[in-house]
Amino acid sequence: MKSSNEDRIYSDGNKRENREGLRAWLNPSRYGWERISYWLQRLTGVFLLIYFVGHVIETSSLVDGKDAWNAMLELTQTTWGHLFLILVIGTSTFHSANGIRLLFTETGRGLGKPGRPDYPYSPVSLNYRQKSGIWIALILAATAMLYGASILFAGE
Amino acid sequence: MTALLNIKTRRKKLERDEKKESTLESSRKVVHLRVYRKNPKQDKSSHFDKFEVPVQRWSTVLDALLHAKGYLDKSIAIRYSCRMASCGSCGMKINGIPRLACYTKVSEIDGNIITCEPLPNFPVIRDLVGDFSDFFEHHSAMEPFIHNQNADIVDENRLTEFIQTPEDVENYLQFSYCIKCGLCYSACPSVGSDTRFPGPQALAQAYRYVADNRDDATQSRLNIVDNKHGIWRCHFAGSCSVVCPKGVDPALGIQLLRGHLVNFSKNDKKLAESRTRNLGKT
Ligand code: HEM
Ligand code: SF4
Ligand code: FES
Repeated sequence: MKSSNEDRIYSDGNKRENREGLRAWLNPSRYGWERISYWLQRLTGVFLLIYFVGHVIETSSLVDGKDAWNAMLELTQTTWGHLFLILVIGTSTFHSANGIRLLFTETGRGLGKPGRPDYPYSPVSLNYRQKSGIWIALILAATAMLYGASILFAGE
Repeated sequence: MTALLNIKTRRKKLERDEKKESTLESSRKVVHLRVYRKNPKQDKSSHFDKFEVPVQRWSTVLDALLHAKGYLDKSIAIRYSCRMASCGSCGMKINGIPRLACYTKVSEIDGNIITCEPLPNFPVIRDLVGDFSDFFEHHSAMEPFIHNQNADIVDENRLTEFIQTPEDVENYLQFSYCIKCGLCYSACPSVGSDTRFPGPQALAQAYRYVADNRDDATQSRLNIVDNKHGIWRCHFAGSCSVVCPKGVDPALGIQLLRGHLVNFSKNDKKLAESRTRNLGKT
């Protein structure tokens, strides 16, 4: 895109001036459920990516023999280790379930059709059919976390 | 006994209602405007000025601002024109949310402090006025006009009447209601961090012409948005559609356009395109 800074009326021609930047995605509180979904999908995605790297390192300890592998497993046998695993269960469940919803919505499915807008406008793309996918993903994640906790903490 | 209780509770309720009414009344008589002030030409820093402004039941935030400008501080910079949500000039952040000042009644706002800031994602020219240069550049990059090789404006004999049914019109009508107010652009988290992303307004206009069966340039329109900083940067946070004052629902347009790109949407054979393909064959 061509840009002609000489034509600009404002003082410094800085395109980034007044952009929300990181604040835009770190604050999900202002625009409803789809914005929360956007925030959570990114948060869980980044968390899973970090977990995935750790997971590869953890399982690769197998090549150093049984003792190294068992030492790695010990890490998750603490209370904090359990809590971390429960977080992994929750984030992966939410990310997958909401991810499936996004695969549909982001290709235009389940959003409804354009029509003749009438006041008071209510955007069809933010309909409850697709929105409920976020709630279902949250409920599934909570259920999976409870189930995981009941197994992980069963012996204590 | 119960009768006595009834009277007591009724009296209490009456007192409560009276109290409520009197506080309501006083809060509606005067509002406190907090107006963002900045003049980058003189000073990089910004601050808020406070104004006490009398309002009526029907006053809009723009009315309140114009009162402050007219009687309290003439130097407040505001942009407005139509005062009826048609021109798209008066967009600003009102209590944290991008809205049109002329389309937001003071009575809609909780509490009686109204904070007015310039729209995020637009560089500030002065006070509440943002620079729309980049925004309009993104809009014009979408070639917001009908491409149709059959409608020749030089050779009159080739001027072809193009009849559309009401259903044809409804495919794109809502997107053509856009007043370029930039509210969606300032609510969008992707615009917030990527200056080359066209933003919801421009992408919805790209869809508006793809969906118009008089247009024969679907493929080149898809090419314009299909790039690294293009339509794929939309993550359907939906905030554009939440704030749009005209029912455009830009998020819908963008997702439907993406449906065309991944070939999920049925590409209705466009009359305009088949005519163009046949151009010169007869
Ligand atoms: C069933 C499994 C999965 C599904 C259906 C899925 C789906 C998705 C979708 C649709 C998005 C795009 C969201 C958007 O447009 O903002 C996404 C983003 C992402 N996913 Fe996944 N995903 C899955 C598993 C994973 C796993 C296992 C990881 C990590 C190793 C992961 C990491 C990410 C990351 C980092 C993002 C980027 C987030 C962003 O840009 O906002 N995903 N996922
Ligand atoms: S799509 Fe809506 S919010 Fe965005 S510029 Fe157009 S009218 Fe304004
Ligand atoms: S003054 Fe025209 S849209 Fe508000």
